[in-house]
Amino acid sequence: MSGEPSFTLDGQQIPFQEGQTVMQAALEAGVYIPHLCFNPEFTPHGSCRVCLVKVNNRMQAACTTPAAGGQTVQSETEELREIRRGILQMLFVEGNHVCPACEKSGACQLQAVAYYVGMLAPHFKHFYPRRPVDASHPDAVIDFNRCIMCELCVRASRDVDGKNIFAVEGRGIQAHLVVNTPSGQLGATGFSLHDKAAQVCPTGSILTKHRGYDIPIGQRLYDRKPINVVGDVAQLPDSQGGRRHD
Amino acid sequence: MIEPRLKIATCSLAGCFGCHMSLLDLDERLFDLAERVELDRSPLTDIKELGECDVGLVEGGVCNAENVHTLIEFRARCKILVAIGACALNGGVPAMRNQYDLKECLEESYVRGMGLVNAQIPSDPEIPLLLNKVHPIHEVVKIDYSLPGCPPSADTIWTFINELLSGQAIALSYRQIHYD
Ligand code: SF4
Ligand code: SF4
Ligand code: FES
Repeated sequence: MSGEPSFTLDGQQIPFQEGQTVMQAALEAGVYIPHLCFNPEFTPHGSCRVCLVKVNNRMQAACTTPAAGGQTVQSETEELREIRRGILQMLFVEGNHVCPACEKSGACQLQAVAYYVGMLAPHFKHFYPRRPVDASHPDAVIDFNRCIMCELCVRASRDVDGKNIFAVEGRGIQAHLVVNTPSGQLGATGFSLHDKAAQVCPTGSILTKHRGYDIPIGQRLYDRKPINVVGDVAQLPDSQGGRRHD
Repeated sequence: MIEPRLKIATCSLAGCFGCHMSLLDLDERLFDLAERVELDRSPLTDIKELGECDVGLVEGGVCNAENVHTLIEFRARCKILVAIGACALNGGVPAMRNQYDLKECLEESYVRGMGLVNAQIPSDPEIPLLLNKVHPIHEVVKIDYSLPGCPPSADTIWTFINELLSGQAIALSYRQIHYD
């Protein structure tokens, strides 16, 4: 064997380079670990916990755990699937996810990950929070009902677009996404569809106006094949039903 | 000896009957089904009183006092209770009113609605009282199985019923599970 370091993931050898996380190495090796707040183009955030794996028998977030030689990582076990299902269920009941009435249905990463982990029902008591929909921008809508606080838009707007349009306000259960203007309206910002922030939302929270049903339900990204086969909506180009600009 | 046929009851609470339409979408498979099951109380029969049943299929969430009554009765009389469709599972479209007060909703349609004459909120005692919020049925009774979809396709329902009747573990394929 060469000197390349590696760890095992569900029994499979995964090589990695120094400095990579378990998630990055797995992704490079073509092995899917469910995730929502992780996007390979951004610094890991470690907040959604969907990527929970067991590293040498300890629960860790794959997206923030550095890969180390000889680690034993478990991901596709029934125990972890069950925990992931619970996390997904909590994400669903915390917001208002009416998939049948959502433009993003079928091409939504939250929904696709929930399918992947086998979530059939939300199980918990719904919060039914009262959250606004902001359609003040001519080209985009933001529906806070569907926001899961992954902060990808916050990171994209701040780190890539240099605009700092989104922020999280409040703490704990009170934490929520806001638009960084005195009026709190997206229309009052310099937000543009060309922004990276317009391409990263894993849910139907940030939507492009006027093209909601260009791709009919039934022919969307995750309608026929699961996310571990198709990939993340934010990583796929427009022409393939994703969010990334061609 | 002829095996006694399993008894199935169905009801639609705060739903749109879409899940029942999907059940009818079984088309010719309904003949197969009819040989193996007997329908008890259901919108498809005219039976008013729910008997002792093996399986109860519930469409829709719970939005009024009558829904609660029906659901509790279904739980008491059905050995296996199945939540079918988005509304039964998470409230669905009817639960979109949960963000608002009931009063706001009623006033929006019956007081401020367009073209109303003698606008007033209906209060006939015949009309079941609305609950403050619409609830998924698992918040009211224990559910044994959940079938998501708006509605679940006839294929999904078919696979589910078949596997349930034959005593197998339920295994739905990727394309049979969707939330929309
Ligand atoms: S954002 Fe995704 S999970 Fe939420 S309602 Fe839309 S399709 Fe469903
Ligand atoms: S709007 Fe979308 S990208 Fe931004 S925090 Fe919410 S879910 Fe994440
Ligand atoms: S993807 Fe790792 S915590 Fe969200």
